[in-house]
Amino acid sequence: MTVVVAWSADEYGAAALAHGVAQAEQKHEDLVVVNVTRGDALVDRRYADDDEIARVTAAVKALGLEVRIAHGVVDDVAAAVVEEIRSTDATLAVVGIRHRSPVGKMLMGSVAQRIILDAPCPVLAVKPEAGTDLV
Amino acid sequence: MDLLLDGFATALTPTNLLFAVIGVLLGTAVGVLPGIGPAMTVALLLPVTYSVEPSSALIMFAGIYYGGMYGGSTTSILLNTPGESSSVVTALEGNKMAKNGRAAQALATAAIGSFIAGTIGTVLLVILAPNIADLVVKLGAPSYFAIMLLALFAVTAVLGSSKLRGFVALFLGLAIGLIGTTTGQARLTFGEAKLADGIDIVIVAVAIFAIGEALWVAAHLRRKPLDIIPVGQPWMSKSDWGRSWKPWLRGTAFGFPFGALPAGGAEVPTFLSYITERRLTKHPEEFGKGAIEGVAGPEAANNASAAGTLVPLLAIGLPTTATAAVILVAMQNYGLQPGPQFLDANPKLVWGLLASLFIANTLLLVINLPLAPVWAKLLQIPRPYLYAGILFFASLGAYSVNFDAFDLALLGVIGVLGLAMRRFGLPVLPLIIGVILGPRIEDQLTQALAISQGDVATLWSEPVAVVVYIVMALLLVGTVVAGRRAGAVQPDPENQNKQEVSA
Repeated sequence: MTVVVAWSADEYGAAALAHGVAQAEQKHEDLVVVNVTRGDALVDRRYADDDEIARVTAAVKALGLEVRIAHGVVDDVAAAVVEEIRSTDATLAVVGIRHRSPVGKMLMGSVAQRIILDAPCPVLAVKPEAGTDLV
Repeated sequence: MDLLLDGFATALTPTNLLFAVIGVLLGTAVGVLPGIGPAMTVALLLPVTYSVEPSSALIMFAGIYYGGMYGGSTTSILLNTPGESSSVVTALEGNKMAKNGRAAQALATAAIGSFIAGTIGTVLLVILAPNIADLVVKLGAPSYFAIMLLALFAVTAVLGSSKLRGFVALFLGLAIGLIGTTTGQARLTFGEAKLADGIDIVIVAVAIFAIGEALWVAAHLRRKPLDIIPVGQPWMSKSDWGRSWKPWLRGTAFGFPFGALPAGGAEVPTFLSYITERRLTKHPEEFGKGAIEGVAGPEAANNASAAGTLVPLLAIGLPTTATAAVILVAMQNYGLQPGPQFLDANPKLVWGLLASLFIANTLLLVINLPLAPVWAKLLQIPRPYLYAGILFFASLGAYSVNFDAFDLALLGVIGVLGLAMRRFGLPVLPLIIGVILGPRIEDQLTQALAISQGDVATLWSEPVAVVVYIVMALLLVGTVVAGRRAGAVQPDPENQNKQEVSA
């Protein structure tokens, strides 16, 4: 049994990761961190580079948790996270959410929203706050 | 001098100033984005020539051209992916500098060097263009024919790794240029009445640059995002200035003449500048690890070559780069024929354009030096949005030529040709130059033969023509010898590669 964290290399991802680690510790479960990109922009700051992946892995392992990181280019980020939840039979998924204005909702489909709606397990939606940075 | 001051009066009107600002902003943006260059942008904007004053449109296009040269360096330095072919060399040292935490200095030396080279180049352009035009005006049709033939030959043979691919592209272009009934007979029209007027160059340019590139990117859409190096405000220390100013001047000296010759614009001079700086540097140990000279020289060279390109364009009507070729199309859309009489016949337009180059250069320094980090944000735009916009404007532009759906079909067909050319590594420049110069060469040839009443000897009756043919012969011999030598040397790099692989 696992806890799946949808992690992006920004403050929202950091919040999700911090809460995911806390939940995994409480429930004594393994952690799966998903950091994937559509790869259609030349630069995607939410896609972590190898150094960041190494730092996150080290930080989580230092807490005594088993962690696996799914990292790569996919067609659809939300679908990849949901697929990871299904295949690991996760008990909990953690996503970081951001405030969206009405116009923002119209223009952009939210990955977090689709994970919340499509995931077969409970989803914990967290917001960034000061002091939650794990790494 | 009075003419230039009048030019500033034209260029500083609010409308023209606005177009200059739009031009440099657009130019920097497309320069930053790899795959989208000034040639494609000017091609997409060709429809504006239907409604905008010639001087305003040309001022905007020149701004785009100069801006592209600035913007390309940002991507080269921060991403190690050149934004433009003219910035390939910049990536060698620039990205190493950025990785060592000296991105700010690299961007600064690129921007300031571009400004200095662009300004010197524009001064040279202002001095040279009228004088060359005065010389060229005395030439007859046979000399023109020879000069254009040389331009076609040089652009094809000097550039690129494969001469064969270059000539394939050139003859594709010439074949497209032949379509129509200019001679009274229908050629290559396949009985299609709508081809009788030939294919509008706007459609060819938009299809090759925009559609071809968009299809090519669509075929390679998903890739791992690149690591971009974060950067603050560009600045330079005193020692950076001391190490930069000589490369700037040497880069300018390389860039301007190569831009003015039909040798394909900025690639050759930026490379020569890099080699020279590596040889002359007092810090040879830094080369390959981020030497500021290796950024300063090539970046100055590419801007100076942009200025140099405008000399043959304005004085002879001869494009030497893809962007210059598309700007020439824009002029032809206005019914203007650049050439020796062009400067005398349209003083307001030409001097306004030249004055606007000084303004564009200053604007570019102002918007590039403090805003480089902002421009780098453009790279986060998902490319589907970007290319959807490009395809939209491409279709709109092609349709607005004749308001005929047939042109859209042509756009598609030539667009697929553009994709195939990218797939098989054919250079685009010879094709577009062939399409533009092909009909004009034929024109000069028929004119020369009409005057001489069919005597072919007229083609080498003028001294300039003879000199040009000799230069062509020398070039031919040179490329053959170089090809032989490269063939003899070739086994070496292959061995090295094998060693690298095995090691």
